[in-house]
Amino acid sequence: MKPYRYERAEDISGAISALADEPEGAFLGGGTNIVDLMKLGVSTPDVLVDVRRLMSDDIEETEDGGVRIGAAVPNSDLAADPTIRTRYPALSEALLSGASGQLRNMATTGGNFLQRTRCVYFQDTTTPCNKREPGSGCSALDGYNKNHAILGSSEHCVATHPSDMAVAMAALDAFVVTHGPNGERRIPIEELHRLPGDEPERDTILEHGELITAVELPPMGFSSNSKYRKVRERASYAFALVSVAAAMDVEDGVVRDVRVALGGVAHKPWRATKVEEALRGEPVSEENFRAAAEIELSEAEPLSENAYKVPLARNVMVRTLSDLSGEGR
Amino acid sequence: MKLECKVNGENREADGVREGESLLYILRERLDLPGSKNACEQGECGSCSVYMDGMLVCSCLVLAGQAEGREIVTVEGLADENELHPVQKSFIEAGAVQCGFCTPGLIVATHDLLERNAKPSDVEIREALAGNLCRCTGYEKILDAVKLAAAKNGNGA
Ligand SMILES: Cc1cc2nc3c(=O)[nH]c(=O)nc-3n(C[C@H](O)[C@H](O)[C@H](O)COP(=O)(O)OP(=O)(O)OC[C@H]3O[C@@H](n4cnc5c(N)ncnc54)[C@H](O)[C@@H]3O)c2cc1C
Ligand code: SF4
Ligand code: FES
Ligand code: FES
Repeated sequence: MKPYRYERAEDISGAISALADEPEGAFLGGGTNIVDLMKLGVSTPDVLVDVRRLMSDDIEETEDGGVRIGAAVPNSDLAADPTIRTRYPALSEALLSGASGQLRNMATTGGNFLQRTRCVYFQDTTTPCNKREPGSGCSALDGYNKNHAILGSSEHCVATHPSDMAVAMAALDAFVVTHGPNGERRIPIEELHRLPGDEPERDTILEHGELITAVELPPMGFSSNSKYRKVRERASYAFALVSVAAAMDVEDGVVRDVRVALGGVAHKPWRATKVEEALRGEPVSEENFRAAAEIELSEAEPLSENAYKVPLARNVMVRTLSDLSGEGR
Repeated sequence: MKLECKVNGENREADGVREGESLLYILRERLDLPGSKNACEQGECGSCSVYMDGMLVCSCLVLAGQAEGREIVTVEGLADENELHPVQKSFIEAGAVQCGFCTPGLIVATHDLLERNAKPSDVEIREALAGNLCRCTGYEKILDAVKLAAAKNGNGA
């Protein structure tokens, strides 16, 4: 591992200024991703600024009826929180479907959003990868791409975002609150992560030294009728091939409102807005769910090894929506 | 840097620690506690599981600085002076130990599970121990060991 300095800041502004003059520095949350990547030689920060102890680890209900989650809340605590479990079950399920108990205890809410792709070439410093080394090429395009993207990718990068939690957050319309050199902002989850375009080295829109301090879940009555379904190669402890987070408001057999996000299919949590539009106001039925899913996936561009993800994503959406509508039971 | 933390109830210090060292390395190489095992060093196998401030973690992914001032309990800290912990005994009795490399991590993870859930179901056991890999036993005997330990707990042992 490349030598680096470890620092602990006193407070949020201290953490931000600690990175201001350190272009190669990084924040340290739980370390479960960045420490791993440092061991592999993929991440090479000069300085790590530990922010885990200076950010809030509280989960609080807000005045408008939503919930505010401190960025230091461990993944395990967030998953077990009674309010989250009853009002936003998809989020709790997504967290519990990820990693292992040991890792969820250490991993933070802020760090989870910013974990890097599990593309094998990204993690292997001996192979070309535009995300790790801009301009070097993308080994996955014509290589091992079974786990890669089917939506929104570019010729420069076809990686997927690995977080389960972020997919649930996308379906629940969450916002991240950040503090950075240019002040505070409140970013809708959908805008936090980028599509790769011609800058695959940038996963998110965050600036260098911008700290995620909290996540806000807006009040959404029907989010209590939400669900996360993850398909993976073994029953637990594996990243998603495809996953779906959805929430549905059904009345008298009609979809009043619905939220759907997909994981494992794109460089970011993929909000399936076409599915949502197609279903609003429509009667609940498997045919309608299938037709809506097919509209979203009509733009899929599978690679040599991942065409299976198209029918898989469709089926997982249909199944999840059916469950939420009461049709599947 | 100098690292100070409490390990298995004792205040310990390690001098000359490099910042990139993991808690696992410090425990094994500097504090003479080789019970926690080093296998993958990537958070995948759980053989390095320890408690940090009462929370089960993979010590291979915890940096020295993150452990500063914390309270660590390793597999060496579970038994009484003269007697193995019931979880340890159960692993022996159930024949859940083959090469033994995964055993310390599994013992700590089982200890943690039973603290939180005295009577776990099979599904709960599998889920709680999903982060601990064993290449020898096929897990059946490990499940038996956990259930045996839970039963002993129930009998006040
Ligand atoms: C074996 C294994 C299996 C896994 N399986 C899954 C899985 O199935 N599903 C899943 O979703 N995840 C999985 N993970 C990933 C895990 O969820 C992430 O490693 C974890 O959520 C990252 O959180 P952290 O706090 O440890 O982040 P860190 O490693 O500390 O940081 C990650 C990145 O975020 C930055 N950062 C951290 N905190 C902040 C902040 N507050 N503001 C700004 N930047 C910040 C860091 O600089 C770094 O770049 C797995 C990991 C391992 C090792
Ligand atoms: S898909 Fe992206 S991360 Fe993977 S090799 Fe290509 S550029 Fe790198
Ligand atoms: S050595 Fe830590 S998880 Fe494998
Ligand atoms: S007994 Fe050998 S790895 Fe588990």
